[in-house]
Amino acid sequence: MVDRLLMRGNEAIGEAAIHAGCRYYFGYPITPQSELIAYMAKRLLKIEGATFVQSESELAAINMVYGAAAAGGRVMTSSSSPGISLKQEGISYITCAELPCVIVNIMRGGPGLGSIQPAQGDYFQATKGGGHGDYHLIVLAPSTVQELADLTIKAFDLSDKYRNPAMILGDGLLGQMMEPVEFKEYDINSIPSKESWALGSSHGREARTIVPFNLDAGEMEKINNRLKQKYIDMQKEAECEVVNMDNPDIIVVAYGIVARIVKTAIQKAKKDGINIGLLRPITLYPFPSAVIRENVHKAKKILVTEMSMGQMVEDVELAACGKAEISFYGRTGGVVISPVEILEEVKKLLK
Amino acid sequence: MKKVFEKPKSLTDVPFTYCPGCHHGIIHRLVAEALDDLGIAKDTIGVAPVGCAVLAYLFFDCDIIVAAHGRAPATATGLKRVKPDNIVFTYQGDGDLASIGTAEIVHAANRSEKITVIFVNNAVYGMTGGQMAPTTLEGQITQTSPYGRDPKTMGMPIRVCELLSTLNSPGYIARVALTKPAYIVKAKKAIKKAFQFQIDGKGFSLVEVLSTCPTNWGLSPKESNEWLEQKMIPYYPLGEFKEVF
Amino acid sequence: MLDEIIIAGFGGQGILLIGRLIAQAGMLEGKQVSWMPSYGPEMRGGTANCTVIVSSEEVASPVVSNPSSLIAMNQPSLDKFESLVEKDGIIIVNKSLISRNVKRDDVEVVEVPANDIANELGNLRVANMVILGSYIAKSKSVKMENVFRALEEALYRQSEKMIKLNKEALERGAMFC
Repeated sequence: MVDRLLMRGNEAIGEAAIHAGCRYYFGYPITPQSELIAYMAKRLLKIEGATFVQSESELAAINMVYGAAAAGGRVMTSSSSPGISLKQEGISYITCAELPCVIVNIMRGGPGLGSIQPAQGDYFQATKGGGHGDYHLIVLAPSTVQELADLTIKAFDLSDKYRNPAMILGDGLLGQMMEPVEFKEYDINSIPSKESWALGSSHGREARTIVPFNLDAGEMEKINNRLKQKYIDMQKEAECEVVNMDNPDIIVVAYGIVARIVKTAIQKAKKDGINIGLLRPITLYPFPSAVIRENVHKAKKILVTEMSMGQMVEDVELAACGKAEISFYGRTGGVVISPVEILEEVKKLLK
Repeated sequence: MKKVFEKPKSLTDVPFTYCPGCHHGIIHRLVAEALDDLGIAKDTIGVAPVGCAVLAYLFFDCDIIVAAHGRAPATATGLKRVKPDNIVFTYQGDGDLASIGTAEIVHAANRSEKITVIFVNNAVYGMTGGQMAPTTLEGQITQTSPYGRDPKTMGMPIRVCELLSTLNSPGYIARVALTKPAYIVKAKKAIKKAFQFQIDGKGFSLVEVLSTCPTNWGLSPKESNEWLEQKMIPYYPLGEFKEVF
Repeated sequence: MLDEIIIAGFGGQGILLIGRLIAQAGMLEGKQVSWMPSYGPEMRGGTANCTVIVSSEEVASPVVSNPSSLIAMNQPSLDKFESLVEKDGIIIVNKSLISRNVKRDDVEVVEVPANDIANELGNLRVANMVILGSYIAKSKSVKMENVFRALEEALYRQSEKMIKLNKEALERGAMFC
């Protein structure tokens, strides 16, 4: 049996990354993800040939990631909301250059310097591109510490598969809390070889270039078309947890930590004779539109709840194609939604 | 017939796109000669900047990545950390290195990353059409200092070699010019030495090359060389500033 | 079973460690656990606190509105959380620092002079273990032997003597239940 360890979410991400063969980390401290950078320092500085750099800025960190990814390294950076904003230019470059890497965003309240408490206000930024130009990240939204670990490993694999950056979109609460976690066996030899495209020694082959631009508009459009095709291919990776969908009175759509709070609301609601169904997108990009579409007709009312002003609600509306009445409830600024609040909102809607 | 002069092997056959009289061509050649002489071209990864030399990836016959504006030393750090046995160099202009990328160059030098930086200082932004650079001289007229650089509001030109030499980390730092054959010989030596410094695992190396921009200076190539000698060299003295390992 | 515990006090009283040991012990028993430090603004107010859940089922929300137990290490913590405790719940009060009585009459209350006992043991810092001992004895949420194991893991950097002292504090606290 694999050992269960009681770990903080932030540390579980770090251990999972190392477990998945990540040997290169570049980052800059910011609350509430600082345990992750500290964990990577503690672990990577003791591994022969591994690299940990506390960079001079978020800009430098993401551009170090760019270089490390170009050299074929399995590489990660992490930050929290304002720091992720700073990384956006680099993320856009990495996407254009079609390089794999994992970016962790442990979200906090915004906008601006915001607060250090948990939030989900970076959904648009994460799922719609974030920087300049037409692109998407693969975005995974864990809701437990175990999932932080599992999805971190998955993020590396998907990122390699599509040669596109993948983001773990967590929040301060997930990052700070401790839960048991186990690390299943992972075969580092299964990591795809990057020899066919990574930069390095060019003995016996032509010199290679990695160029995130093209001054010829037609050629640049070709790059965009290639990326677009990749995003179409990626749609099959969409994942959604479906809970309690047997004849629900109302369906709640929530991701990450909020989905767990909804699960407690489901239990409480049962005592009041109310049946709440839950749809929990695990991948935010690609968004599990098909699962949402198949299920929305099962209840008259849909409630989207997020720790934001309502960002995912747009994707749910698009997926529902007008087939359901969709409401939204959210808290922001770092205020965590309570199960009781969700239940009250549900009762209000069912009145 | 005996061949006495040829294009370095580390350059491709693509003709340079630089303006007449610009020194980028000579600098490219010197870097390529250094790679040839040291036999490292096949193990070298270059990092091209944003600026006139963004097309450097077409000219050097080695693996090359184009970095974001100012971030070449960070990108080079990532490359070198993953591939420590490769030789990594960045090729950066003055706006790239001494303005938007100030933090990256200072910290790469301070960590003594084992990379080589070729820093081209022509006292002006070239590609964007001749705006003031951090290295633009006092009183120098540019698009964004149309009445001359006024130190009262625009600061004094930054001496990168002197600045970086104050860092208490290993490094090789030199400034060279190309306006006469004797200077070019010295420049080639310095560039080769900088790469050797990296090959020997000694740490960070940087060669600042004073360069002309006839187009944006509004001078002929010959006048540009004279202006560089008369105006730039007195403010940016040539020589080796640091050799610590 | 489902225990939802809020542990609160001043920063520096070892509040987070109390929570961690309960969670760790629960995990050693094969239960589902979660540990959440004070974080949301709804829990602010001059106290350091954490929420621990020990459950035989999957832990849903780590955020708890109405805990089944409260461990109050100082008066502001009691003031803040007393009214939130579920009916028939448990409130463990650090009598050394809390002069007032618990107002609720629908909960079980244990008063422990944690600081005084810690002082008797020669180290004020183990007051947290005294009150934890009392909570374990009262709630039987997890087994004391597993708290000992968790303690050994958490304090692996500390001396044998320090671990022994912490265990002694747990045992002394357990007498109050």
